Amino acid sequence: MSKQPVAVVGVGQTKHVAARQDVSIAGLVREAAVRALADAELGWADIDAVVVGKAPDFFEGVMMPELYLAEALGAVGKPMLRVHTAGSVGGSTALVAANLVAAGVHGTVLTVAFEKQSESNAMWGLSLPVPFQQPLTAGAGGFFAPHVRAYMRRTGAPDAVGSMVAFKDRRNALKNPYAHLHEHDLTLERVQSSPMLWDPIRYSETCPSSDGACALVLTGERGAARTPRPPAWVHGGAMRSEPTIFAGKDYVSPQAGRDCAADVYRQAGVTDPRRQLDAVEMYVPFSWYEPMWLENLGFADQGEGWKLVEAGVTEMDGDLPVNPSGGVLSSNPIGASGMIRFAEAALQVRGLAGEHQIDGARRALGHAYGGGAQFFSMWLVGSDRPDR
Amino acid sequence: MSSPAQPATHPAAHSAARTGGRDVAVVAFAQSSHTRRTDQLSEVELVMPVLHDVLKQTGLTANRIGFTCSGSSDYLAGRAFSFTMALDGVGAWPPISESHVEMDGAWALYEAWVKLQTGEADTALVYSYGKSSPGSVRDVLTRQLDPYTLAPLWPDSIALAALQAQALIDAGLTDERGLARTAVRSRRAATGNPHAQLRGSADVDELLRRPYEVEPLRRHDCPPISDGAAAVILAAGDTARALNANPAWIRGIDHRIEAHQPGVRDLTESPSTRLAASAAGAFDAPLDAAELHAPFTAQEIVLRRALDLDDRVPVNRSGGPLAANPVMAAGLIRIGEAAALIHRGEADRVLAHATSGPCLQQNLVAVLESARGTGGGTR
Repeated sequence: MSKQPVAVVGVGQTKHVAARQDVSIAGLVREAAVRALADAELGWADIDAVVVGKAPDFFEGVMMPELYLAEALGAVGKPMLRVHTAGSVGGSTALVAANLVAAGVHGTVLTVAFEKQSESNAMWGLSLPVPFQQPLTAGAGGFFAPHVRAYMRRTGAPDAVGSMVAFKDRRNALKNPYAHLHEHDLTLERVQSSPMLWDPIRYSETCPSSDGACALVLTGERGAARTPRPPAWVHGGAMRSEPTIFAGKDYVSPQAGRDCAADVYRQAGVTDPRRQLDAVEMYVPFSWYEPMWLENLGFADQGEGWKLVEAGVTEMDGDLPVNPSGGVLSSNPIGASGMIRFAEAALQVRGLAGEHQIDGARRALGHAYGGGAQFFSMWLVGSDRPDR
Repeated sequence: MSSPAQPATHPAAHSAARTGGRDVAVVAFAQSSHTRRTDQLSEVELVMPVLHDVLKQTGLTANRIGFTCSGSSDYLAGRAFSFTMALDGVGAWPPISESHVEMDGAWALYEAWVKLQTGEADTALVYSYGKSSPGSVRDVLTRQLDPYTLAPLWPDSIALAALQAQALIDAGLTDERGLARTAVRSRRAATGNPHAQLRGSADVDELLRRPYEVEPLRRHDCPPISDGAAAVILAAGDTARALNANPAWIRGIDHRIEAHQPGVRDLTESPSTRLAASAAGAFDAPLDAAELHAPFTAQEIVLRRALDLDDRVPVNRSGGPLAANPVMAAGLIRIGEAAALIHRGEADRVLAHATSGPCLQQNLVAVLESARGTGGGTR
């Protein structure tokens, strides 16, 4: 059997905030799922299977929480899968769900990713205890800061680039009603004078810790033909992984990320991503990762990514808008963050992104990464049904 | 491939039958020798030997595998992202196409089967591992219950299984002697399985003289606490035929979940198992054997009823999870043991079952066949 086309016909998100104390975990995920079903104008009975994703179970203190979420997600009597691929999980979860449709196994699939980080402290959840790891770093920033510094040394990028990305993403977030951070008074100077957390990463160049969920309804050609709003078609999707630590690993531009992007572009027939893509939702938890990923994903030559940032290319009105939603820097329910990237890319090509819509966007990339810059998941969505 | 006929007496599958469009087979299986503790081994060291074993069986190398998928639990390991270290055992360089489920490896196999159905890969490496020894697995499993209404009460896995066993006894479906017979049969079957942890058993009368663990369950009704790992290689079509003289074709595979709250379920029934079995084509033709992931003796009774298995079908010739129960790998091992019967030419059509969650909440059923199985004409 050849691969069946897959369409995104429903997108739902919660308003991401620091602590959703008004809902349980089940209430949070159901809120996103109900919104995705409403977008698709479908009911629970239309869903054949449910695929759930989230980052480590320790973040909420519930082992395999999908078991307890079966009722809240309407999965009783249906197949339910739970994906966990570290920070890339939101994207991987969407791809696992898409494959169920692509393989012809199911007609319509609901996929949900979430994190309710207020249930614990994610920074210390990410700091592995002895005996698993030497107590050298605190939180993800502690792990990634040296790689950012390596990028700056390697490329000679000016210090201000990181703050420009952060300021752009936080301003974009003002146009996204679901974004966690709405910092109306933020200025570039305030970003640059915010406290240094993990040199060279400042407080305002760091993602927040959020409670939030994201849901997608995926279907095939028949479902897409019936859907009331424009679908987003999946033109390519891939995952790549490499080990955390090994001699010769390029933390600045990991091979797994390059390979993953190349696979997606090949599937989608994209040869010049800089010109052929209209928007990118990129996983940028620390501002400097925007120029780093611009190079890793083939939008800029090696060492040139920061120049695109400096020239305003990635601004909302630039020729390659990156994170019009405000990105991970403005909302970070970790397990959901990858799926939000995938969902926002879909919203752009559906023309349903609201105030942060990029006019005429027809092809967009959703990107996620996780672990020690070692797990990558991406999809490329378009407003046109892919050629077969 | 044709859809399986659905006999009127069996529940209809929810949607399309899960028989796939592409012939996919288990071509290799390996498991560790499961033990009570492996203090000297990391998860990577637990997984490495079984990975090397399945690669050696097929002559494949890591870079010739199209897709890799694993299953494990951070809660067992006691650390976040435990699977990232296990990935080191795979040798993921150059980078590989890879995914992970926080589920038993049987569901990792399902994800890999789906991947092969898309045609994006022709081979898949599936592995899972569980190291229960660092903590008290009986307490750890309470953390997978509803965090608001159940987990605060700390009902442990044996207590919940005892509720299920008592419901069966109250319904007149078994008794303590019947449960003990299941334990004896399983552990005596395991004497032929060098990987099993508990091999051999005292007789029923002696077992019934021993004290209760949690009434009505005695120690023999409960699984051993095991550390272990397993790996499987899947391959499609001619690739499978080239890698194994007797591929174990996955005739159908499906999985279903039930409500989480034990109080809203009839614990003597397993409708999710029955639905999955029906979608996997289990009722279409007689079975030569079954490998059931029933960690507690009473759960085998529930599953036999859901699957219409009578005494003519040998269940758990390997000894099953009562003889070795590495959590997160025990379900994948059922599929591996079922496939191994076909690889060795000892059976033509075998059912494999995996479970997850309290009291058999979530269940997966796969039907494996040799080329001579009832679907063999098309192979």
